[in-house]
Amino acid sequence: MLFVGNAKNCLIHPNILLAKYPANLLIQNPVSKELPSKKEHVGKLGYSYRRKIHERFIESILFLSALLSVVIMMAIIVMLVKESVVFFKHVSIWEFLTDTQWTPLFDDAHYGILPLVAGTVVSSVVALLVALPLGTIIAIYLSEFAPFAVREVAKPFLELLGGIPTVVYGYFALLFVTPLLQMIFPELPGFSLLSAGLVMGIMIIPYVSSMTEDAMRAVPMQLREGSYAMGATRFQTAIRVVTPAAFSGIAAAYILGISRAVGETMVVAIAAGMQPNLTWNPMEPAATITAYIVQVSLGDLPHGSVGYQTIFAAGLTLLLITLIFNIIGHQLRKRYREIY
Amino acid sequence: MKFIKNKSGFLDRTKGANELIDLRKTISNHKRWDLLFMITGIIALMIAILTFIALFAQMLIDGMPRLSWDFFTSFPSRRPESAGILSAWVGTTLVMLVTAVSAVPLGVGAGVYLEEYAPKNLFTEIIEINVTNLAGVPSIIYGLLALGLFVYQLGFGQSILAAGMALALLILPVVIVATREAIRSIPIAIREGAYALGATKWQTVSDHLLPYSSAGILTGIIIGLARAIGETAPIITIGALTFIAFLPPSPVTNEFPFISFEWLTAPFTVMPIQMFNWVSRPEEAFQLNAAAAGLVLVVMTLTMNGLAIYLRYRMRKNIKW
Amino acid sequence: MQENAAINRYKSEVKNLSFYYGTFNALKNIDMVLHDKKITALIGPSGCGKSTFLRCYNRMHDLYPGNRYEGDIVLYPDNVNILSPKVDPIEVRMRISMVFQKPNPFPKSIYENVAYGLRVRGIKQRAILDEKIEDALRNAALWNEVKDRLNHLAFNLSGGQQQRLCIARALATNPEILLFDEPTSALDPIATASIEELIADLKDKVTILIVTHNMQQAARVSDYTAFMYLGELIEFGETDDIFIKPKNKQTEDYITGRFG
Repeated sequence: MLFVGNAKNCLIHPNILLAKYPANLLIQNPVSKELPSKKEHVGKLGYSYRRKIHERFIESILFLSALLSVVIMMAIIVMLVKESVVFFKHVSIWEFLTDTQWTPLFDDAHYGILPLVAGTVVSSVVALLVALPLGTIIAIYLSEFAPFAVREVAKPFLELLGGIPTVVYGYFALLFVTPLLQMIFPELPGFSLLSAGLVMGIMIIPYVSSMTEDAMRAVPMQLREGSYAMGATRFQTAIRVVTPAAFSGIAAAYILGISRAVGETMVVAIAAGMQPNLTWNPMEPAATITAYIVQVSLGDLPHGSVGYQTIFAAGLTLLLITLIFNIIGHQLRKRYREIY
Repeated sequence: MKFIKNKSGFLDRTKGANELIDLRKTISNHKRWDLLFMITGIIALMIAILTFIALFAQMLIDGMPRLSWDFFTSFPSRRPESAGILSAWVGTTLVMLVTAVSAVPLGVGAGVYLEEYAPKNLFTEIIEINVTNLAGVPSIIYGLLALGLFVYQLGFGQSILAAGMALALLILPVVIVATREAIRSIPIAIREGAYALGATKWQTVSDHLLPYSSAGILTGIIIGLARAIGETAPIITIGALTFIAFLPPSPVTNEFPFISFEWLTAPFTVMPIQMFNWVSRPEEAFQLNAAAAGLVLVVMTLTMNGLAIYLRYRMRKNIKW
Repeated sequence: MQENAAINRYKSEVKNLSFYYGTFNALKNIDMVLHDKKITALIGPSGCGKSTFLRCYNRMHDLYPGNRYEGDIVLYPDNVNILSPKVDPIEVRMRISMVFQKPNPFPKSIYENVAYGLRVRGIKQRAILDEKIEDALRNAALWNEVKDRLNHLAFNLSGGQQQRLCIARALATNPEILLFDEPTSALDPIATASIEELIADLKDKVTILIVTHNMQQAARVSDYTAFMYLGELIEFGETDDIFIKPKNKQTEDYITGRFG
């Protein structure tokens, strides 16, 4: 009854708080409800034992849901490898890596991944040439230059831009950007890596800019003040002090951008065409790894056929490429942190 | 500032007059870079904004005339002018239901575990790295996983269940990260206060941490679902049919037990697939349908994202720990 | 215009300075002077406005919106009010350098840290940079410790070394006034002693204004001392006078440790 004197002054009546937990336990613990008679026999010790079981039970459930992420990752790898292994019984890895044609659905079937990789690389490079510079400039502008009001409006706007479905961007690339580009380059075909890449780049800007800006915001104000106190301008401070200090975060933003460009599907499937074509010229139509998977999925391939397995081999290639980028990004960050 | 040439000759002792003039020249040169960059930044921002406006305007011009009550209540059709998105929006709603029901408890549970329960050891670190890596896996890979695992291995077929679960896996990292961040922002004093009153860990989590972080978690869930609504690639990979002129069986029935789960295994189509299907048609009339479907889709995702942004804004304004 | 004799002795004069963070009046009608090539210390309990005052001197408050100055800080011999909106804060900062409370080296090499102020001015010639950097590091009593590892990252230095590096960084551009904002509060006693020694040595080269929460430090290093309380300048005079025979009751209470 320690609280009695103070009870009136307390925001929440202390008795309510004291009463809350035992009451909750009774409600939440179905075991104690079923066995009310045993409670007296076991006494306080038993009660806490039951509570322990209850807590352990919940902890294990939570642990299992956390474990699920590992299970998913393993399932992805197992699934892709399993089907790919069957695929590589038909097709040698050598042919897969060196053949310059990808025509698994033709009578004269070739299984060279190179044309798909080339399409992926070209469209990604075009996208990154747009997204990395523009994303970085926007991030530096918003973090170091823009007035508070501009930042408050621009950031949510960019976030909305990043939330637009990719299929809509694909439509935009095919029916708006391609005709626009054809006014400048009349010889540009209706499907092209250029148009898909440009729109993909715009699409990735919000990802790059928001991560880069976060990294720059995380640079302590003291460093900026140190620079300004030396008489540096905003631009000098941004380029010479803030950007190097935020390097690890900016590198991570770039890596994320690259991995998104490589894995992007709908824009290229709609605007770049789905014909495998070994070319490094962005003005041509070509299929990327992802576009090929879409093309096969749209058809009616029987489960277990070589054609069905090709999409898993292509998927495995894609996963490996993105995984490599993630590992590079991780290493970059770690190395920089050690120096920092 | 006007430079005053002082006759008494003090300037020579401190800063030479010429030196000061040089200094000012340098500064004004450097300030030109400031201005130049300001302009570049605004242009870059404008490119993003103009793209958005162009995109929206293009869809509005093409799609607006097609938007009518009939468009929402008609099935797709071979004749573009009578085609609609009834099966698509019903499909999207049902798929989202499955996604939310499976992703939310799992994601929140995993987030709570990693933030409040996980011991600092190698295994926890592996789980954390895994969540980061999952977020970087291209969405189409989830489609391949769902195709191999859900559609064939577990025999769900090309159904709403398979699609909803594929998208649930896809947005799981988003929900986990949002949960962790929301819980992390609650000060340690709240936990200590609850423990000091004799609460167990789970009581602390369920009575305090989850309610106080619910707005942040909700924001993450909405952003995740908005992403899932627009996802096309994984659902194409599962092999969703694009021409669906019927609705899945109703979840509510006339007979006991009045609830049916038959719709879970029904074939389906969703909004982005319907749009993709129309975009890929050569006839221009179908592309107008695509624009109209895109408009609906964009309004849906923008509304959800806008809601999330608003929630976060209000949360930042109201809660000051 | 001041008398020539006065200009000669004063590096700067503060006239009726008030400062506002939004609506909060942080400095109230301050009048004082900085004597040329002397060390002036600002003391007072925390929150009294010492740092706010110091940061007026190189217009650091311009970096944040909503701040407002009133009154003048006149810099001699130019006889110009550095708080005037017509004066470019960047020029002020180039002429009046600052060393912060916590060492804040840039994420660059030792060499590039000291070179920063020079590079900001557009100096690119390696020979000039080399020479000025060596001078600055020698003046900051750091040269012997770092001359073999100028290309190492500055973060690898100890706290005291980092702070001396920041002093070298400020010295490299040959400033007219050097501001110190509690430069030893983040350092251990040995590093503190070496920084104090360094500050005393710098007196011949540059006018120094130092904020300190440590009265012994003020007594040890400064020639003049200003005592501030609640945004007002309570007493200003030669350090010996302030510490031995303060005129004001509040100053006496603070110095004798009765509050603060």
